[in-house]
Amino acid sequence: MTATEILMIAGMMAVTFGIRYALFALAGRIRMAPWIEDALKFIPPAVLTSITLPAVLLPRGAWDVSWSNPYLVAALVATAAGAWTRNLLATIAIGLAAFFLFRLLVPGVTF
Amino acid sequence: MNAAAPLHARRQELLAGARDTFPLLLGAFPFGMIYGAVAATSGLTPAAVMAMSAFVFAGASQFIAVGLFAAQTPVAIIVLTTFVVNLRHMLYSATLLPHLSHLPQRWRIPLAFWLTDETFAVTVHRYGRPDPAGTRHWYQLGSSLAMYLNWQLWCLVGLLMGSRIPDASGWGLDVAMPITFIGMILPFVKSAPMAVCVLTAGAAALATVGLPYKLGILIAAFAGIGAGMAAEKFSRARAQALRP
Repeated sequence: MTATEILMIAGMMAVTFGIRYALFALAGRIRMAPWIEDALKFIPPAVLTSITLPAVLLPRGAWDVSWSNPYLVAALVATAAGAWTRNLLATIAIGLAAFFLFRLLVPGVTF
Repeated sequence: MNAAAPLHARRQELLAGARDTFPLLLGAFPFGMIYGAVAATSGLTPAAVMAMSAFVFAGASQFIAVGLFAAQTPVAIIVLTTFVVNLRHMLYSATLLPHLSHLPQRWRIPLAFWLTDETFAVTVHRYGRPDPAGTRHWYQLGSSLAMYLNWQLWCLVGLLMGSRIPDASGWGLDVAMPITFIGMILPFVKSAPMAVCVLTAGAAALATVGLPYKLGILIAAFAGIGAGMAAEKFSRARAQALRP
């Protein structure tokens, strides 16, 4: 490992662990306002959606809203599979299978 | 208090946490491979590729950092981007806080280090269920260990493959992250305010996609949380008005 790599990894580890641990470190000494407790349940779907939608509609950093975008097709299939089966494993397995089947069967899709 | 809990109850929670995380291990497997494969061709030494997985353990930010490193971005910018991308974990820890505040630091430190989107999404449902033996944190530990070991394994496989198969990074394995996240989002969307939250967060994420350092993720998350809370307030007020 080079010095730059060590510096980068140490810095990334420090900020990542700091973010994950800061509140746990203080737990018991801070009390949350009721409106914050109301907000908590919205956190996971809001965060996950804000990562997911751009990854699907701009898979290579550029807009691609078309049926030739395998990321979009796989996301739609996964959403349908999830809504229908209500099973996490089925959602992920069917979504991944749709992606690779699409890439295999639809020629001309390049990356 | 957990010293009094019988051994089998703790082991049961540990195994249940790992088992319930299994679908997410499937999603993390292609994502870990693509990270390893991309990192192998980014100019990072193999030791650094694995050290990042072992010590940072945050898939999305590792993926972004490797891309920035390959583009010769200064270390300070890479660390700043990591900070912004991972700030969402503070929202997760805020959610788990009431359930972990009774635990000693020797529990809080490792559970914080291993806190990922996946373990959070699985564990938050467990914390919503009863816990007669007081052993729920063993469930989170089981999920954490499963995610951690799985991530190291597939990063290593990706690293070994990536240096042998030159175009492994073009396979599109990065699709695994959005697919996995869709599976994690769906169980939350059970009410109108939740739907408002998700739709707003998605629209805001698309509107802010051009911002640097992935700042849009946080802005969109807060937009979604605010919209969800407003929608809930509105539906409560309406329910009250309709009451005779």
